[in-house]
Amino acid sequence: MKKLTRLLALSFFLLFTTNLMAQDAEMADEMRANGKIYVLVAIILVIFAGLIAFLVLTDRKVSKLEKRLEK
Amino acid sequence: MKSNWWKILSVVLLVYTIIAGLLTGVPRLNIVNETIRALYFHVPMWFGMVVLFLTSAIYAIRHLRNPSFKNDLYSVEFANAGIVYGILGIVTGMIWANYAWGSPWHGDPKQTGAAIALLVYLAYFVLRSSVSNQEQGARLSAAYNIFAFVAMVPLIFIIPRMTSSMHPGNGGNPGFNTYDLDSRMRLVFYPAVIGWILLGVWITTLRIRIKMAEEKINQIEDEKTH
Repeated sequence: MKKLTRLLALSFFLLFTTNLMAQDAEMADEMRANGKIYVLVAIILVIFAGLIAFLVLTDRKVSKLEKRLEK
Repeated sequence: MKSNWWKILSVVLLVYTIIAGLLTGVPRLNIVNETIRALYFHVPMWFGMVVLFLTSAIYAIRHLRNPSFKNDLYSVEFANAGIVYGILGIVTGMIWANYAWGSPWHGDPKQTGAAIALLVYLAYFVLRSSVSNQEQGARLSAAYNIFAFVAMVPLIFIIPRMTSSMHPGNGGNPGFNTYDLDSRMRLVFYPAVIGWILLGVWITTLRIRIKMAEEKINQIEDEKTH
């Protein structure tokens, strides 16, 4: 039990200090604030969807080929 | 369609990775800043590579115990996909190193280890193609495959941790353990790893199925000529 409380205290301490250390780090806050980050998300999702659609079509083609070979 | 649930799971997890990976909160750390999000894309490449190479090595062992066209084919194709993941991992790592370390090839132990590991696997394909006897080549490369896997693990995961690597998580640098404090990153990282691994397996099985169909066609043609 003592160990557990000590561990908890330590992790709280670490959590607190990392937050303090990190205050001044420069992040893309403005990009998030003005919503431009969603443009980026949309672009990546469209490319990903396109590639996956291509993969699914190839998968179907192979399935058809396998069915023909079974006969 | 029944056995395709894991393909759907892969796509769902990766869509979630892209959305949550770019939008959810991350620790505000100096030097890495927003590039901490590479954890959702660059690191899963290496996890994926290890899983694909491990599967390849398992099929190599199976081939040595029970030589068959299928075991050899599985072993080769999983190694192929593993190489692709490894190259993507090294290239994304170079992009990040150029930003965080100042040059794409920094000669860091992690980079050197990863490069040697990939070269060890490239030699696997050279070995395969250099033996003209197909059965002998398959057996030789299966034995080499096991050695390649055994060499890859210390090169990427142990040596960089023992030396002064600047890679996050190595040589005393904060890695995933410090991000452990941040449960937000875990929530994206684990699904990302599973998603990317499943995608690699999907592409591999597709290539295996094409080669199997090819082999069947060859057999049918052989029967016709005899």
